[in-house]
Amino acid sequence: MSSHGAAAEPPQRALRERGKLADRAGFLAPLFLLPAVVYIIALVALPLLLALSFAFSDVTVGDPSFDWVGLRNFDAIFDDPVFWRSLRNTFVFTTIAMLLTIVVAKALAMILVADFRFKWVVRFLVLLPWTTPVALSAVAWLWTLDSVYSPIDWVLRSLGFIESNSYFLGKDTLAAASVIAVHTWRIVPLATVIIMAGLISIPDDVKDAAAIDGAGFWRRLWEITLPLTLPVIAVATLFGAVLTFTDMTTVYILTRGGPENATQVLPSYAFLKGIGSGDLAQGAAIAVFLFPLLLAAAVAILRSVRRMETF
Amino acid sequence: MALEVEVRGLKKQYHHGDVQAVDGVDIRTREGEYLVLLGPSGCGKTTLLRTIAGLEEATEGEVLIGGNVVNGLPPRARQVAMVFQSYALYPHKTVQQNIAFPLKAEKMPKDERERRARWAAELLGIESLLARKPRQLSGGERQRVALARALVREPSVFLLDEPLSNLDAKLRASARDELKQFQEGVGTTTIYVTHDQAEAMGLGDRIAVMYEGKLRQIGPPREVYADPADTFVATFLGSPPMNLVERGDHLLGFRPENLLPAELISGDGDKITASLKVARIEYLSGDRHVYGTLNGIGAESRVVARLPATVTTPLEAGETHEFAINEQDLRFFDAETGKQTDAQPVRT
Repeated sequence: MSSHGAAAEPPQRALRERGKLADRAGFLAPLFLLPAVVYIIALVALPLLLALSFAFSDVTVGDPSFDWVGLRNFDAIFDDPVFWRSLRNTFVFTTIAMLLTIVVAKALAMILVADFRFKWVVRFLVLLPWTTPVALSAVAWLWTLDSVYSPIDWVLRSLGFIESNSYFLGKDTLAAASVIAVHTWRIVPLATVIIMAGLISIPDDVKDAAAIDGAGFWRRLWEITLPLTLPVIAVATLFGAVLTFTDMTTVYILTRGGPENATQVLPSYAFLKGIGSGDLAQGAAIAVFLFPLLLAAAVAILRSVRRMETF
Repeated sequence: MALEVEVRGLKKQYHHGDVQAVDGVDIRTREGEYLVLLGPSGCGKTTLLRTIAGLEEATEGEVLIGGNVVNGLPPRARQVAMVFQSYALYPHKTVQQNIAFPLKAEKMPKDERERRARWAAELLGIESLLARKPRQLSGGERQRVALARALVREPSVFLLDEPLSNLDAKLRASARDELKQFQEGVGTTTIYVTHDQAEAMGLGDRIAVMYEGKLRQIGPPREVYADPADTFVATFLGSPPMNLVERGDHLLGFRPENLLPAELISGDGDKITASLKVARIEYLSGDRHVYGTLNGIGAESRVVARLPATVTTPLEAGETHEFAINEQDLRFFDAETGKQTDAQPVRT
């Protein structure tokens, strides 16, 4: 471009030539969209269609030939008590994890928007769980909750709270609580950052006005900050819920769904059936069950985002 | 219920003393007074107001409301109401809920709350808007809601932070008038912050002019205008500002409206004449603003003369005309400090 020949041309014409392709929205827009479209088709749309079709077939790992079987797979999973247990667990885990997330993330966000020394250290630490890959952090938790060497047990034992180890992942309720705790731990950073953005966007004048109007901490929280950050909290919760709902890694690494399927959730059960036992068709049928639920969540996210814009 | 507000030796620093927003201010309002804090942006007037409100903690000095030191007390304990520049209405609440919020914070019963909110709304003529949300209101309506919210619990002090600056020019003039009438009606001590001298002159019982964190002058509008304490006040107030002419170790100051064609000032006894070389003439609302260079009373200086519409002396750009000032309209300032000094002999 900077060659002497080009520089000798009248600048107007040089500009026009260069502007030909690089300035045409009609050419650029599809070009820039293409990678995203390819990505979504290859990694989202095709697998989704594949899963949908598998759900109505008898495909297994050993016999990949496609035969239409209608609703047989769904009949089978509806008769499977583990499926119903997984479905229930998925809902219960997600709901409790999200409730905890909202409370913890809101509190953290309020602390982090305040001014104090070494704020950046705290911010960094809060964000840390989010930057760690799920598989890695799940393994770290697996060790932390180990039946023999758990440091939590060690501390509780040393303080005299317990006599013997808790077997966090070995008992129904404790295992479920552990899974919920890890989910919460994982989603809280994201939710905190989103809610922080919401808190910061409340004009200082409005907060000051509430102080002048005589509102104390709790009244300000319930009547001013919470209503004004509600759309943001909704977004954070829905994102967190989708991530928790679809996550199989945490359960798979911590408990493999055990003990006795007490912590089995839909994604892990679908994986167990489809890949573990090789029954791709049934795995797909279970996984497809997530679809309408996630669709509803997506609609809810988009709605609350739109409501946010009307403020 | 009007109370006095007083600040004593008030200082407010930010960033560990790097920024001195308010630098030792002493002001005392009178009961039911309308006091205007006037100054350019960044002069510390808003910080001073926020410190009185309790939104900022004073670094040094005392804030007294009704004779009691309120340092350390939260805003709600100070019995003050504040109107913000942005109005700071609660966007998710209706007008009714906005106005009633301070009462709700006082745990007033619901029906009493609604009655009072309606009373405040009627006082400001916005009772038809009670069910609306702030985003459905115009700027002027929002301002009224903010005022209604401020007055609903009948505070002992009103603090207003540039409440008119978000209104368009036309609305501002009428809102200013209403605000003044309203304050006279309720008789509450009011501290009003503005950078607009027209607002300050029009509204204030007294004006406190601030600059760089310090109080430069406090007094009735007429006094601050006619007898500025220093060159800052002299040039900040008035449009066009006071003319300053260097003369030895002091500055001569005179208002543009006091510089008139010599033949219009009768009697020679106490008038000072000088020749003005006219550079430019502006016509503003009937007045003529004559820009030019003045010679004969000090160093040659650029000055402005404001001739009212009744003065018909023909003047053209480029020509030189004899102008004069009444000696009693001259003010003298120290060239070093800028402070007003005693009259100096002008005639030589």
